[in-house]
Amino acid sequence: MNFPLPDLGPVMPEILMTAFALIVLLIDLLVKKKEAIAVICLAGVALIGLSLIGSAGSTFGGMYISDGYSTFFKVIFFINVILTILISVKYIAVERVNYGEYYSLILFSTIGMMIMASASDLIVLYLGLELMALSTYVLAGFIRHNVKSNEAALKYFLLGAFSSGFLLYGISIIYGLTGTTDIKAIAAFIQERGLAGNLSLTLSAMMFAVAFGFKIAAAPFHMWAPDVYEGAPTSITAFMSVGPKAAGFAVIGRVFLVAFASIKVDWAAVLIPIAILTMAVGNIVALSQTNIKRMLAYSSIAHAGYALLGIITGNAEGLSSTMNYLFIYTFMNIGAFAVIIMLRSEGIKGDEISDYEGLSKTHPLAAALMLIFMFSLTGIPPTAGFVGKLYVFMAAINAGYTWLIIVAVIFSAISAFFYLRIIMYMYMRDPKVAVPLTTSFTNGVALAITTVAVLVIGVFPTMFVEFAKAALKGF
Amino acid sequence: MNQLSYPILSTVIFLPIFGALLILITRRSWESLAKWIALITSIATFFVSLPLFTNFDKTTHKMQFAEKYSWISNWNINYSLGIDGISILFVLLSTLCSILCVLISWEAITKKVKEFYISILLTTSFMIGVFCSLDFFLFYLFWEAMLIPMFLIIGVWGGPNRIYAAIKFFLYTLVGSLLMLVGIIVLYFYSGKTFDILEMATKTYPYTMQLWLFWAFFAAFAVKVPMWPVHTWLPDAHTEAPTAGSVILAAVLIKMGAYGFLRFSLPLLPEASKAMTPIMLTLSVIGIIYGAVICLAQTDLKRLIAYSSVSHMGFVTLGIFALNTQGLEGGILQMINHGIVTGGLFLSVGVVYERTHTRKIADYGGLATEMPIYAAFFMVFTLASIGLPGTNGFIGEFLILLGGFAANKLAGVLACTGIIIGAGYMLWLYQRVFFLEVNAKLHGLVDMDIRETLTLLPMLLLVFWIGVYPNSFLSFLHPTVQHLIERLNITGGLQEVQIAKTILEVIR
Repeated sequence: MNFPLPDLGPVMPEILMTAFALIVLLIDLLVKKKEAIAVICLAGVALIGLSLIGSAGSTFGGMYISDGYSTFFKVIFFINVILTILISVKYIAVERVNYGEYYSLILFSTIGMMIMASASDLIVLYLGLELMALSTYVLAGFIRHNVKSNEAALKYFLLGAFSSGFLLYGISIIYGLTGTTDIKAIAAFIQERGLAGNLSLTLSAMMFAVAFGFKIAAAPFHMWAPDVYEGAPTSITAFMSVGPKAAGFAVIGRVFLVAFASIKVDWAAVLIPIAILTMAVGNIVALSQTNIKRMLAYSSIAHAGYALLGIITGNAEGLSSTMNYLFIYTFMNIGAFAVIIMLRSEGIKGDEISDYEGLSKTHPLAAALMLIFMFSLTGIPPTAGFVGKLYVFMAAINAGYTWLIIVAVIFSAISAFFYLRIIMYMYMRDPKVAVPLTTSFTNGVALAITTVAVLVIGVFPTMFVEFAKAALKGF
Repeated sequence: MNQLSYPILSTVIFLPIFGALLILITRRSWESLAKWIALITSIATFFVSLPLFTNFDKTTHKMQFAEKYSWISNWNINYSLGIDGISILFVLLSTLCSILCVLISWEAITKKVKEFYISILLTTSFMIGVFCSLDFFLFYLFWEAMLIPMFLIIGVWGGPNRIYAAIKFFLYTLVGSLLMLVGIIVLYFYSGKTFDILEMATKTYPYTMQLWLFWAFFAAFAVKVPMWPVHTWLPDAHTEAPTAGSVILAAVLIKMGAYGFLRFSLPLLPEASKAMTPIMLTLSVIGIIYGAVICLAQTDLKRLIAYSSVSHMGFVTLGIFALNTQGLEGGILQMINHGIVTGGLFLSVGVVYERTHTRKIADYGGLATEMPIYAAFFMVFTLASIGLPGTNGFIGEFLILLGGFAANKLAGVLACTGIIIGAGYMLWLYQRVFFLEVNAKLHGLVDMDIRETLTLLPMLLLVFWIGVYPNSFLSFLHPTVQHLIERLNITGGLQEVQIAKTILEVIR
């Protein structure tokens, strides 16, 4: 028998990344200075990023596709991984968990996300999701000597496994119904047989909503997020709040807008309450937090709610607005975490909001950067956060969801309070204790990249909006 | 149309930002350098803005000094600037105020000096931007961006209760603005994907949509004005802000709300504006009387002036929603007047606060003996605030009442009581602070120095200039106001209402 070798072009970035992650594992055995591994990782990821160009196509019998949509998300993942490594170098040394596995686990998790973005088959999707999730579970518990970190990992693992169960259940129902796991074939089957309104199909869509809702931390499936975000190493919190969330949205886009496109009414009826609840829970509970990582966990829940609005519209414009939102969110959220990470130093945890008292007096630059990120997360122009929100709102209003946007802006106004509180602590209170800053060159680079991105996208969004739109061609 | 060969509006907007950047890169310890940069920048901005005044074509309602560049092409957003008769005076008022704010803060601000002047300059720039924008998106950008420095000015350099006041100010304004944003987006799609204000104003919108949009815009503008009952942020913000912050708030920032009504609500939503006139007039009259009555009970100097703003801005909205020439022109002129007079009053309070560090009226008394020049200045502003003939307050309020009577007699009569109570609380305030026996704590206070006199002098001159020869300012308004009224009287969109009425009659 003659097996023709499948076209490896579309999957080349993933292959290179896997090989590279394995090499990093080996290098770890040889290199004593772990900072060197970080540098190698940065160079490697940047080089592999180039392989995204010209990877377009589909392979493995259509199970795996590399199109503009997946490439857009992969760009987010690459930016995410690079920024995470940049903010990690000094931090994991301070936490005394400076091991090489850290970097290769981040890479493996990223591979999982890339597979999710490219999956055109539910089984491949599941594989990617598990690869991403398993690596992230380990990363969440990476500070082995810390009880909270262990708790975070265990909690994340248990609830994550539970949500995987939902996903598999959804997949099995849909397979039983249509006899295929191919996303496009499912769409065609539903269309042909006129299955809209079929109860088990709706049930399956709900299962998917639950599983993906868990990954993007949408209420009421958000319970894990605050504890995990608080317990996990701060750099991993930054990584988790962006990467898996974006990957979750990538698969939501594929499954709901392609496979379930014809039963849009049904899943929108599920997603709309989820989105409202997510914005409500995220923004309202964040008001009472005293730990900044927890607060940002709730804020990240709320932002998932805004991003969902774009999906709910169910059209290309809405999807591209969600993609644009996630792209912008990557920069502003990791930027905020890059400031938080600086407050962690030997013997000082620095993750309580009260630690920010008078920061503008002791460290004016750090405070000013935090100010920019907080205003961006609130969505005040001329920052990128405003552009992101505006695009989502525009798409949703154009699709006729004006009332939903009125709800969203009210929650958005509520969110201003807790972001402002950080600014208020930094600028309007006097420092009680002098909090030292752990500065490092790499963290500085991360801050520079994120700040510039937040301001430039805020003032000149044309290119970025166009980027998200162009990525959807042929989707 | 741009009469000048260079982009003057962009220069006026970006010069303060440039100054702020310069201050940003100076050394923290060189505080006086930061002050001087701020002063020179604000004076330069003022002089750059003067050609607007001299080259303005008073015969047309068209946008002048216009600039237009494509900015965010995929949403059809342009960087589009221009001013007409409504906005020109506010631009000049903003540039003037920024000089005065820098001057009055010269010695009052001792901590985080660098950041303070950066905030003042940024606020100036954004305020001018609000008045010059001809693109709704650009307008919203400036409108919101201005919140950031203003929030910091109140919250960082304000009085004891500053944090509460700053957050209240921010949240109130943000809720309103976000609802307006929804309105803007709806309008954007309905008008065929354009943010161009002039283009939007050429279209007619369905009546029900106009109503919804009117209230969405109302949320943003009424909070800023502030109209009763959404005024409650203002007394706190005005009272707790540092002097410069109060001046910016009173002189320019709260005018942005009324400007919003003039620039957007009336021309874009004429039918809804007409239909909502009774409600707006009622709210205005309540604001006038309520603000004035509350003033009588105040024990805090700044709080009293803040509540008097509520009352005075009630006159402004009354004039605007009288929807006739006198009312509109009076409303616009009264906004300028209020900026000058209340700005002057807050500057004056700042002068004395720097010496005594108390805002309680009870802590004063007999100040005229200790500081005669100061007392004279304060007297002029007091009388202008009451609306004595010969001062600017008279002209504005007279026009408004004229328009008010024409529109609704009852509203006009009730508004008059506001003036009477106004005379009561302002004169009583003057008596309690400047006359009576000299308070023991006030002995040996030095009178105003040259810097302080120079700060107050421009406002004093403007009080008399507008009071004696208002036409040099009113003449800017005529064509634009005329055009606005023409736009209001186009009945095209009213057809649906007419049809509805006819149907009702037939049924009967």
